[in-house]
Amino acid sequence: MTEHLLTELTIFILAVFLGLEVISKVPTTLHTPLMSATNAIHGIVLVGAILVAGAHDTPYGPVLGFLLVVLASLNVFGGYTVTERMLQMFRPRAAAAKPEEKA
Amino acid sequence: MSDVGLALANPVDIAYLITGICFIVGLRYLSSPKTARLGNRISALGMLIAVVAVLTQGIVNWIVVGAALVVGAAVGIVSAQRVKMTAMPQMVAIFNGAGGGAAALVAAGELLKLYQSGTPATPDVSFTSVLSAVIGALSFAGSIIAFLKLQEVMTGRPITYPGQQIVNALLLLAILVSWGFVVANNPNELTFFWVALACSFVLGILFVLPIGGADMPVVISLLNSFTGLAAAATGFVLGNSVLIIAGALVGASGTLLTVLMGRAMNRSITNVLFGAFGAVKTTAAGGAGAKEHNVRSASADDVAAMLAYANEVIIVPGYGMAVAQAQHSIRELEDQLEKRGVEVKYAIHPVAGRMPGHMNVLLAEANVPYTSLYDMDDINPEFERADVALVVGANDVTNPAARSDTSSPIYGMPILDVDKAANVVVLKRSMNSGFAGIDNPLFDDPKTVMLFGDAKKSIDGVVAGVKALS
Repeated sequence: MTEHLLTELTIFILAVFLGLEVISKVPTTLHTPLMSATNAIHGIVLVGAILVAGAHDTPYGPVLGFLLVVLASLNVFGGYTVTERMLQMFRPRAAAAKPEEKA
Repeated sequence: MSDVGLALANPVDIAYLITGICFIVGLRYLSSPKTARLGNRISALGMLIAVVAVLTQGIVNWIVVGAALVVGAAVGIVSAQRVKMTAMPQMVAIFNGAGGGAAALVAAGELLKLYQSGTPATPDVSFTSVLSAVIGALSFAGSIIAFLKLQEVMTGRPITYPGQQIVNALLLLAILVSWGFVVANNPNELTFFWVALACSFVLGILFVLPIGGADMPVVISLLNSFTGLAAAATGFVLGNSVLIIAGALVGASGTLLTVLMGRAMNRSITNVLFGAFGAVKTTAAGGAGAKEHNVRSASADDVAAMLAYANEVIIVPGYGMAVAQAQHSIRELEDQLEKRGVEVKYAIHPVAGRMPGHMNVLLAEANVPYTSLYDMDDINPEFERADVALVVGANDVTNPAARSDTSSPIYGMPILDVDKAANVVVLKRSMNSGFAGIDNPLFDDPKTVMLFGDAKKSIDGVVAGVKALS
């Protein structure tokens, strides 16, 4: 195992524990938005997609690159939009009683 | 700058660090509905920072990248805005699959790039690129099947065939062997890489096929976790810390939700995935067919009177509410009842619906305040005091056989103690058994009345009845 890989593994494992800690505090009411929010976050693979697609020696030409970035950006933009839509519906009693503003 | 330790950090890496922090803070803010929206925006800001940072990294194919970004963003935003709240599980499945597919292809692209440049990939990179491709392809294919099931393009019932486990085991073996060849730098390593990718794709399809619709909350959580791990693996391939952090966070979140969902069904994850349920199902369904039901059915007006003169009513929503899109009618019923001084609460079972927290989102859409929604543990002691429990399209999560009948396939699953209420009203389309095909003795209980029909139409009828009483 290289030193580089070890550093990356350290980051990974610490992030897993941090993730478990943070996520365990999310109430069941918000589990669907949580899924959707984390769904958007794994869209970070867009960064990798842009790196691969943007390089001039893209294997199999621009087709693979295009497909990659489309998939990843679909994940990012769709994920955040859906989460935002869900979250704006959650209101406490006082706010819910008020006349509903059109989203 | 001669000393490595004193070299200035790359600004792009600093940007990635900020992104990682934004993701963590964003998730932290999801711990309360009050701050959740801010959290999502912080997370989105982090994403924006990372994307801007990567665009400064010597992009050559601007047209390809730009066009793809525009297409992906347009399709993503438009479909996310148009989708109905009841179709949310499908939408999440699609976005999840897209992410998994992208992760697999990024790994493929990176490996191909190394291969073409003539520098053989280090064992670290070969190992993680296959890992990323395998998990990503599994998630991609699995998500598509989950989508097709949820969208009811294909049957939600488990699809089984002889030798299923053997085929899956062979595919897994093929993946592991090809993986070994790639890591060992076999001259045909690219071929083996594609074999591993293709086998994972097929395995993803086959592994979701036998899982029934009612188990979808578990599957969706698991696939979410897979895509997170695939993104993290891609981070290892590219040596990119922000992918590793984000992927680990998502992987942890998905795993935690999967475990919670399994616990809420009192089943191990292996049991859900490898279909012991399917085997039991046939006998249970056969039994239900043979058994004569002796149920009392009521009219909407009967139910309206029962509810209108109650002190406390607990509404138990299930997947049937989602199918009938009855959440707005239910909200109207709540308003009418509260006008008469009836206390209305909602009992939410953790696995009601098709994804974790599915009912909460639908009721939130109908403007029901989240403070009226109660978890199973909080509401169960409350049923004894309730005059009426109104079950809207829920079945297995209210089945008292889970408490008492050791031969029931769902024996031991924690349920909502609906049968402890003074009266029970069950809204159901027909007398067909529930999704899992398990008989529900609640329907035969003398204090239960059934109101047959589409949930939305039934509730609208009840609302009209309550209005007529005032």
